[in-house]
Amino acid sequence: MTQIEKVWERIKLARSTDRPTSRKLIQTLFPDFLELHGDRLYGDDAAIIGGLATFNDMPVTIIAEEKGTNTNDKLKHNFGMPHPEGYRKALRLMKQAEKFRRPIITIIDTPGAYPGLGAEERGQAGAIALNLKELMVLKTPIIVIILGEGGSGGALAIGVGDHIMMFENAIYSILSPEGFASILFKDSTKAKEAAHLMKLTAEDLKYFGVIDEILMEGKGLNTNPTTGFNNLKKALVKQLNKLTKTPINQLLETRYNKFKKMGEYEESVKKNEQLND
Amino acid sequence: MNHLLDERKRRLSIFHEIIKKRPIETKPVDIPDGVFTQCEQCNSAIYNKDLEDNFEVCPFCSYHFRISAAKRIQYTLDENTFKPLFEEITSKNPLGMPEYEDKLKKGQRISKMNEAFLAGTGKIDGQELAIGVLDSYFMMGSMGSVVGERITRLIEYAASNLLPLVIFSASGGARMQEGILSLMQMAKTSGALNLLDEKGLVYISVMTNPTTGGVAASFASLGDINIAEKSSLIGFAGARVIKQTIGQDLPAGFQTDIFQLEKGQVDLVVFRSHMKQTLSFLLKIHHKESKS
Repeated sequence: MTQIEKVWERIKLARSTDRPTSRKLIQTLFPDFLELHGDRLYGDDAAIIGGLATFNDMPVTIIAEEKGTNTNDKLKHNFGMPHPEGYRKALRLMKQAEKFRRPIITIIDTPGAYPGLGAEERGQAGAIALNLKELMVLKTPIIVIILGEGGSGGALAIGVGDHIMMFENAIYSILSPEGFASILFKDSTKAKEAAHLMKLTAEDLKYFGVIDEILMEGKGLNTNPTTGFNNLKKALVKQLNKLTKTPINQLLETRYNKFKKMGEYEESVKKNEQLND
Repeated sequence: MNHLLDERKRRLSIFHEIIKKRPIETKPVDIPDGVFTQCEQCNSAIYNKDLEDNFEVCPFCSYHFRISAAKRIQYTLDENTFKPLFEEITSKNPLGMPEYEDKLKKGQRISKMNEAFLAGTGKIDGQELAIGVLDSYFMMGSMGSVVGERITRLIEYAASNLLPLVIFSASGGARMQEGILSLMQMAKTSGALNLLDEKGLVYISVMTNPTTGGVAASFASLGDINIAEKSSLIGFAGARVIKQTIGQDLPAGFQTDIFQLEKGQVDLVVFRSHMKQTLSFLLKIHHKESKS
């Protein structure tokens, strides 16, 4: 199999309907999960589910993008594409977690924020932006899990945190490969080539420092999620233990610096600085 | 008082009717290049000198033409007060994307800038500020690693020197050629703005034509004051994508400056001719002793 085919296989796995959705992950790892609804402003967006649970007797707040499983369920959850009220619900619950110093666990699985009329009217851009800003200084540990598809700003809006984990066959990108191909090659059928160029696999993102850890899936979450979910459980135990013991100032400084470092550029020494030396 | 307003409205509407009925000048083939510019909105032929004297705004329909970052600095700051910052940070091709270097070079040639974001300090009516301007002539003002880093450093600079911050956005969004690294600049720039909150410093975001995608969904929407410049397209998703998704036509005036004002997403819409005085007033209201 060529590298291009390999990447495409990953994308198919990440998007496949046989891949467990957030709901399944929550049922497995957080059986006492209690869902909380609404943004207190407009409505309740089912594309993002949020609520409370315990993990090893520790209270946690869970925020997850849910795609839905069968046709009706998918429609109900809008295929995991949140509206502004979804992001505002997420922020409300995360602020609540901060008040009670509960660690937050977010689960990313979305093709992207919903591109619709209502979403624009109610400030999709502003809702995403505010989450990015607020999450950077939220005074409680945030653990991010990329489960399937990490679609652009719609994923990042719940993806700023202290420890970012990504399943082996998940993808995380600035745009769908189809969209990328239509912009770059003016041809959406070249999605395979685009996907390869985009560097959207877990290994790529680890290399660029965008994620902290890859969660191996064993036979694959799509076939049998047991191994993958067990690996996630172990990682959560370790990270929660570490992050809850970190002083909050240090936690926030590390979080800021982690994102500050993302990006690659050249930096030449300024001429006047050389003169000053 | 009200009847005076009504009278004014009536006259304005007559005026607009006349404007609409004006014979539309099609391509002025017999006129030498560089003398007239055709308005992108009302198609009127505008004498270039008039356009220049009018802040690059159509004198017939008030359409605001896109302007370069250099022009923006000229219109906004007191003369000769601009001092650039962070120009030494330049782009690489981290993903090895084909033709990216060529696109960067082309952007540099067209915009006469070394990247899409111009950062620095300057003065407005004697009031010192940190200022940043995106230039849509450089790869559509898209945000990659360099734009994100320069913005973040400008925010940090403003915070440590106790300066107010004004950023003019003009961008199609994140820079596709740098993939996920561009996406991360949204978190980086938005997160950095907290530094200004800690110091009680004002950040004024001016969204100009266009401000969309990843730039709209990060620092551009996060001003203490969000200003939309007249004639600006502002929104998250592209109109074409939305139309495809929902399968229906979009209402007239969708994602314009007025749309964003009516939907409560911006504080005010400002004409370019009034931009400097508006910023000057806002800086005065938020005045703080700076370090320098």
